[in-house]
Amino acid sequence: MEKSTFQAKVGLAEMLKGGVILDVVNAEQARIAEAAGASAVMALERVPAQIRKDGGVARASDPGMIQEIQAAVSIPVMAKCRIGHFMEARILEALEVDFIDESEVLTPADDDFHIEKSAFKVPFVCGCTDLGEALRRIGEGAAMLRTKGEAGTGNIVEGVRHLRTVNGHIRRLTTLRPEELMTEAKRLGAPYDLVKWVAENGRLPVPNFAAGGIATPADAALCMALGAEAVFVGSGVFLSQDPERRARAIVDAVTHWENPKKLAEISTGLGEAMRGLEMDRLTDADRLSKRGW
Amino acid sequence: MDAPIGVLALQGGYAAHEAALADLGLATRRVRVPADLAGLGGLVFPGGESTTHLKLIHRFDLWGPLDAFVRSGAPIFCTCAGMILAAREVVHPAQESFGWIDLKVARNAWGRQVHSFEDVADAPLPGDEAPLPLLFIRAPRIEAVGPAAEVMATVKGEPILARQANVWAASFHPELTADRRLHRRIFGA
Repeated sequence: MEKSTFQAKVGLAEMLKGGVILDVVNAEQARIAEAAGASAVMALERVPAQIRKDGGVARASDPGMIQEIQAAVSIPVMAKCRIGHFMEARILEALEVDFIDESEVLTPADDDFHIEKSAFKVPFVCGCTDLGEALRRIGEGAAMLRTKGEAGTGNIVEGVRHLRTVNGHIRRLTTLRPEELMTEAKRLGAPYDLVKWVAENGRLPVPNFAAGGIATPADAALCMALGAEAVFVGSGVFLSQDPERRARAIVDAVTHWENPKKLAEISTGLGEAMRGLEMDRLTDADRLSKRGW
Repeated sequence: MDAPIGVLALQGGYAAHEAALADLGLATRRVRVPADLAGLGGLVFPGGESTTHLKLIHRFDLWGPLDAFVRSGAPIFCTCAGMILAAREVVHPAQESFGWIDLKVARNAWGRQVHSFEDVADAPLPGDEAPLPLLFIRAPRIEAVGPAAEVMATVKGEPILARQANVWAASFHPELTADRRLHRRIFGA
């Protein structure tokens, strides 16, 4: 028997496909998420929009709160650590969370280095804005990727940009000749072996989900149509007028993204979505997606 | 043309099963509403979160149609969460199930994700030369096998693959390995 192999880590990401991972800040929200049909929850102290509003340093959550959520639901429980903060990650591993998100939503602990993720038994998910960043994270051991989007804005524009950019880069790689791949690896700043793998297979070696700015069932379905394999929803549910209904609707939309008639039913009468933010109102310092490299 | 094999596509590992069936030259169809079941030659219940699958099965009025399809006798393959749905009894915690196969199944019984593992089956299936490679992800455990079900494979003596008439149930994920023998055995090709 061999535990926590890379294949076992990616396997959990495979099982989360076609589903919704919801941010929750307490056990009650976790139960609402599970009842709505979420396939996992992300335990954190404040949703991204609240972190954005409060300012200050955002850190990993209190272990007690994560354990309460683990006790409240039977679906996988994820938690976030700061970029580069391998000690927060070790603590989360000791709690046996099912996935660690090395997340730009929290304040980075290291400007230069991300966590060496292959050293952990728990799988990691990391954000990416383009293919080079995606492959760097996989090179460090990430078993799942997600777009960074622009968390806590309720605005899908950055998530869409990141999905299109990653998938556009992948398509481009498949058109290159073998002798062109090393130069492309240099240009992307990505490990050559992974660049070669993507060029040969036309896809990433791990699942890629959408995150950041998803506020409506249509946003979630759009991400699926653009090639995301599942979605993370942060502030979009619990900062909306009717979280239970909206959570259920987003879950349904990720299942029925190929069926616009169903999506119309699903999107009907959900009450107000979270109030969104326009990107040009954000300064560079406000942009969480610029964190990490 | 042969009837396509359906893959329940509410949430979870449905794409990997589609790819496995495509490797065998079989056509597939995603099942999300009752009408999708018409004319299928078999059906896969993939892994994922069984609680999510159950909720969506009820929400989209699939309970009756799925039950009728499985009882019609077409080949059925249930992996991981699918096995939980198919079992006669589910514990840890208790939850509703279809009862197509005479097993008592405990959810997430090997522990959380850090305890997910790879192994190899104790012995080859009848007619095979090598045992199946096994990948377990937050897997359920077969706690008891009733008289109607037959154990087809074990790991360290513990049942992990069982069959009752047309219904096969596995607590592991053959669709996530490169080994296609089990899909071929169940769906022919």
